[in-house]
Amino acid sequence: MARLERIAYPAALVLLLLAPVYLGAYNLALLGRFLAMGILAMGIALVWGHAGILPLGQGLFFGLGAYGIAMHLKLVALAPGEIPDFMQWNGLDALPWLWVPFKSGVIALVGALVVPSALAVALGWLLFRRRVGGVYFAIITQAMVLAATTFIISQQPYTGGFNGLTDFSSAFGFSLIDQRTQVGLYVVTVLLLALLFFTARWLLSTQFGKLLRAIRDGENRVRFLGYDPAPYKVAIFAVGALMAAIAGLLFTLNIGVISPAMIGVVPSIEMVVWVAVGGRESLSGAVLGTLLVNFGKDKVSSSFPDLWLYLIGAMFVLVVTVLPEGLAGIARLLTSEPREESRKTLVVPVILPADEPAKNSKSRSA
Amino acid sequence: MSDSLLQIDNVTVSFQGFKALDSVSFSLAPGSMRTIIGPNGAGKSTLMDTIIGRVRPVSGRILYKGSDITRLPEYEVVRRGICRKFQTPGILPTLTVEENIIVAAKRHRAWFKALRTHITAAECDRVEEILDLIVLREKRRMLAAHLAHGAKQWLEIGMVVASDAELLLLDEPAAGMTHQEREKTANLIKRLIGRCAFVVIDHDMDFVEQLNAPVSVLHMGRILCEGTIDEVRSNSQVKSVYLGRSLEAEADYAQA
Repeated sequence: MARLERIAYPAALVLLLLAPVYLGAYNLALLGRFLAMGILAMGIALVWGHAGILPLGQGLFFGLGAYGIAMHLKLVALAPGEIPDFMQWNGLDALPWLWVPFKSGVIALVGALVVPSALAVALGWLLFRRRVGGVYFAIITQAMVLAATTFIISQQPYTGGFNGLTDFSSAFGFSLIDQRTQVGLYVVTVLLLALLFFTARWLLSTQFGKLLRAIRDGENRVRFLGYDPAPYKVAIFAVGALMAAIAGLLFTLNIGVISPAMIGVVPSIEMVVWVAVGGRESLSGAVLGTLLVNFGKDKVSSSFPDLWLYLIGAMFVLVVTVLPEGLAGIARLLTSEPREESRKTLVVPVILPADEPAKNSKSRSA
Repeated sequence: MSDSLLQIDNVTVSFQGFKALDSVSFSLAPGSMRTIIGPNGAGKSTLMDTIIGRVRPVSGRILYKGSDITRLPEYEVVRRGICRKFQTPGILPTLTVEENIIVAAKRHRAWFKALRTHITAAECDRVEEILDLIVLREKRRMLAAHLAHGAKQWLEIGMVVASDAELLLLDEPAAGMTHQEREKTANLIKRLIGRCAFVVIDHDMDFVEQLNAPVSVLHMGRILCEGTIDEVRSNSQVKSVYLGRSLEAEADYAQA
């Protein structure tokens, strides 16, 4: 497997970098967008697969990254003294204070990454310190993303409302209509994906990575060895949020629009499904699952728009019941290297009670 | 008084009015051992939960090395030098035997200090030492989930020893073991006396006898009597609440 990886990863990287040569503009744009989402999916693999925390609200961090850069792009497209079109329609005559810093590209970039990460730290700190986990944590993240989309839609004069933000012309001096900019963006996306992939792999190989799995499988045992698991969980949750924000940023640059419908409850759940399909403990599986499900969605929903939701539901059920390790599990079977620790079923923390070792002292009778 | 490692002072634990522990007191010298026996529901596990900070007493206090640890969070109690082995093997199943011990042996437990792939030489030595102690050296690369039940228990004992604790709380360390495994476990524990102090709870008389340490009998949250295993065995109160019952049970079993 290790030798296979040494060949497979550079080959995949070369193949992806050469895509502009052999793919048409339409499919290249799709691939770029899905690879950006692959970064978010790797974040979910870290948080869910390795730390056992099911995040059902990654759309929130994705959206903060996306809106951060979109606000900047919106302002760049304006003539001096002008305010965005939707603000004029909604009766505003001056730029709201929240928008002013986004005139600067640097501030927008930094903000798009720092704000979601800081929010994740704050949320994680509040919840993990109080030992909120499992289903409660998942529901809270879900509620957060619902609140965020509701807020965006209700504040139309300041956020663009349901329609979101679009009509960008250029980013950092490059025209977004120019095909060369699109190729450049694609290459940046691939390189960032590769960089984050290897960074995440390194992270998992450290003691920190081992402790994440230790906490996932026996939080109390780890606690009773003198560790405080909360900071570990906060840290990995923030890493997942940062990766979601990077994905949101790249996604918006690639596609040229962001709206609440792209970051809401349903997209947040779909994100988890990509990772489940790919294999939640596998970083490459998460990316592959994202590509597979999204290309599938593009092809299926263009011919049968109503069918897609049923299909993704069926896919999730299939993975949970017969393919707990997703695509990565199939790959492992094919390379005939059965993984020693393979579990019989997918561990979905949502349906698991918090682990409580040794609480029943009645297991053996006197 | 001041030279005791652990001192339990009149500790009472109440679960919605039910007194799981009722004015329990005892003390333990460094490097010594105390075994606690008692029927199910006597409060043995609650006692350990209370020492480690998982359950808060309504009154009384717990002193460790002279300082009050009664209300500290669990990980802080552990950092002071008390480590607990749970009754069901509390190993980390998806890590190898070696990695399990590494997690326990690490001195720097903050997340940002864990961002490295290697451990210090001192930690490495400790891991090797523990692997010899629990005789699992040749299984070091095996996933802990794949160990036999007895070996899991030894691994966990190894882990609590690796944590460098001075006081180890062992909750039924021989539960579910075969006769030979029990003997091996008792020998392992006896080899460690002096290096650390132990509180061992069990309800298997033979196992407690092998440990050959002072015994306290816990019944309905109270300490019924204390002494050597022979003294305890001949105590009439103990006979009626604990030994008698199991003798009756044995007699029933023999008749059946």
